[in-house]
Amino acid sequence: MSEIKFSKEHEWVIVKDNVATIGITQHATELLGDIVFAELPEKGSNVTKDGTAGVVESTKAASDVYTPISGEVVDTNQSIVDDPSKINSDPEGEGWFFKLKVKDANEMNTLMSRDEYEKFAKETPS
Amino acid sequence: MELKKTALYDLHKKFNAKFVQFAGYEMPIQYKNGIISEHNITRQKSGIFDVSHMGQLFIKGDKTLTNKLQNIFPTDLENLPTNHSKYSFLMNENGGIYDDLIITKIKDGYMIILNAACKEKDFKIIKSKLDNTFSMILREDLSLIAIQGPDSKDVLEQIVPGVSNLKFMSGNEFKYQSDFIYVTRSGYTGEDGFEISINNKDALKFTELLIKNGSNLIGLGARDTLRLEAGLCLYGNDIDENTSPLEANLKWAISKNRIKENFPGSKKIQSQIIDGVKKLRVGIKPEGKIIARESTKIFDENDNQIGKITSGSFGPSVKSPIAMGYVDNTYSKENTKIFLEIRGKKVVANICKLPFYKKNHYKGEINVRN
Repeated sequence: MSEIKFSKEHEWVIVKDNVATIGITQHATELLGDIVFAELPEKGSNVTKDGTAGVVESTKAASDVYTPISGEVVDTNQSIVDDPSKINSDPEGEGWFFKLKVKDANEMNTLMSRDEYEKFAKETPS
Repeated sequence: MELKKTALYDLHKKFNAKFVQFAGYEMPIQYKNGIISEHNITRQKSGIFDVSHMGQLFIKGDKTLTNKLQNIFPTDLENLPTNHSKYSFLMNENGGIYDDLIITKIKDGYMIILNAACKEKDFKIIKSKLDNTFSMILREDLSLIAIQGPDSKDVLEQIVPGVSNLKFMSGNEFKYQSDFIYVTRSGYTGEDGFEISINNKDALKFTELLIKNGSNLIGLGARDTLRLEAGLCLYGNDIDENTSPLEANLKWAISKNRIKENFPGSKKIQSQIIDGVKKLRVGIKPEGKIIARESTKIFDENDNQIGKITSGSFGPSVKSPIAMGYVDNTYSKENTKIFLEIRGKKVVANICKLPFYKKNHYKGEINVRN
């Protein structure tokens, strides 16, 4: 399993056997507040690094979810559609969004480590 | 312009509020538990809302003032007993709403609670319509604190004995320490509750006492989901200078014996009563979980636009997305199927009855929502 990586758009990604699991970060859930709606990409669709791959809505506002790397969507987490509060309670676990068949493993090198991301998140105004 | 702060600002900070700009004020949108939990606490127990940004207008005068005010507001003030309140509007000549407000008859005149964003403008309009002949003050030295939810009566009774005898939409002066406070049984959440007008210097200690007795600070975020579930309008979203009380489905707030009389916009109201309205404010429930926010376009089954959403969110107590908006009157019947355009897709929704959530107020026969 790869090291967990983070994007500037507040997504996390971890790769195992060339399949990436993607979700939004704890910091993102804190910015959003209570999440009440999640929309996921379609299974079988192709998504491109930094492109839109879903939507989350909190009581306050809607936000796009971007994919930190490119690939083909091979699985989506329907349980967060049924119970979006899972994203708040366990963003890096039960609250994952979708899985991709990785197109270009090198894209992982453009992302931040946990330490780098935490520093970035702290400096980003909420 | 520097943002104004209420007397409770430091208390909000102490309770880890996230702040937003609202009508020139720095106001708490939520505290650390978040909007849904604050919403539920208010419905199940008791919540405190700092609404000190709202205008507290006091006008002194006797019967002459009452007559003059009846030329400004479509409300029967002549028969309004002292210490009773009515929901009313300040309207333009075209029947559009400058502001929605609560008028309370007090012993030496009237107290009118105005929306924060409208209060300066309202003051000017009312002052000019009264020909500067009455003493009028927008009291910046007073805070306004609302306490809402089923336990609020018991929380407040411990601090201000006697308040639990107040009926809905009535008020009175109460002694609090060395000063007087004015308490009305009212609010904007659909729950039983009170609004307390209190000197800024006493507001902090008073609110700390409410918290100590079991109530909880609630931000503007939950205030919005609570009022939306209760089917109540947010000025600037659901009503404005281009909507009339009839279009807003608020005809009940125009006193029956005043409908044929003269007040700003009365001609428009009278013609809308005869001819009907073209658009009407309705409740809307999207099917599924998707949320329709303000400005979402509404279509009929043939793809003709028939209206627009003016408020929309998730309703934590009804546990589904809810919205209000205006539709062409021919589509305003309950259970009419409509289509909402959300992020390029058409989502099915249904017109439904307001409010989404209803509880009975104390002595419900004078319930503001009938």
